[in-house]
Amino acid sequence: MEGIAQIVIFYILAVAIVACSIMAVTSRRIFRAAVYLLVVLLCTAGLYLLLNYHFLAVVQLSVYAGGILILFIFAILLTSAKGDRTEPHDKRRVVSGVLTALAGLGITSWATVKHQFLYGNNPTVLGDHETNMKVVGETLMGTGKYEYLLSFEALSILLLICAVGGILIARKR
Amino acid sequence: MISMEHYLVVSSIMFFVGIYGFIARKNLLAVLISIELILNSVEINFSVFNRYLYPEHMEGVFFSLFGIAISAAETAVAIAIMINVYRLASNIDIRHIDKLKY
Repeated sequence: MEGIAQIVIFYILAVAIVACSIMAVTSRRIFRAAVYLLVVLLCTAGLYLLLNYHFLAVVQLSVYAGGILILFIFAILLTSAKGDRTEPHDKRRVVSGVLTALAGLGITSWATVKHQFLYGNNPTVLGDHETNMKVVGETLMGTGKYEYLLSFEALSILLLICAVGGILIARKR
Repeated sequence: MISMEHYLVVSSIMFFVGIYGFIARKNLLAVLISIELILNSVEINFSVFNRYLYPEHMEGVFFSLFGIAISAAETAVAIAIMINVYRLASNIDIRHIDKLKY
């Protein structure tokens, strides 16, 4: 019963992701595109929950939906006039984009479906195998093998540099 | 039980929709939205591979976490650049931005 519920939820999320990502790149109004992007990001957090990665889902919600979307909406309000619509799509660009996307999608889907992944006999895939929060914290803050304190600190410096650089670039002279 | 290929097909559709938007759109913000879609699909792929192929390790999850943080930083800088471009050229259409500083 739970398996069926999971499958139904997965298909709802998949349809929402596909539909909203297509609308996000085809919508003429940039603000609507940002809202469709928000829906895609929320559904991605749902996929992480289905995969039992709860911490990743929370990070996705707070960083993407909470942070990046706010940045997008600020940027849209700062850079577009009232009732602004983008010009109609350029035919040649649309055709080349559709051809590239379809060709790439065909190749990758063919390779994905054709390939036999060897996870069927791995017992830990099935069942609830939630990642313990304590393990996540110790892996993030540890200094041993397969632990990530150094990259965590490098990332914090990168974020600081980006904040300073963003202010420096966008300030009024 | 949902098989791994389902997730991979969804994320590759998302990836190539992003590629389409990257090629076809002319607004800089729309291009940035397409880049976000691409990055997001790659992060789904990392966590799906981690869950299904190596569920006892955590490398994929942490790669996704760091990817999310780096894409946040990248978006912040890109939006700062766009605001600056809007001040200089008073639009953010990629066809009109063909000059450097002068």
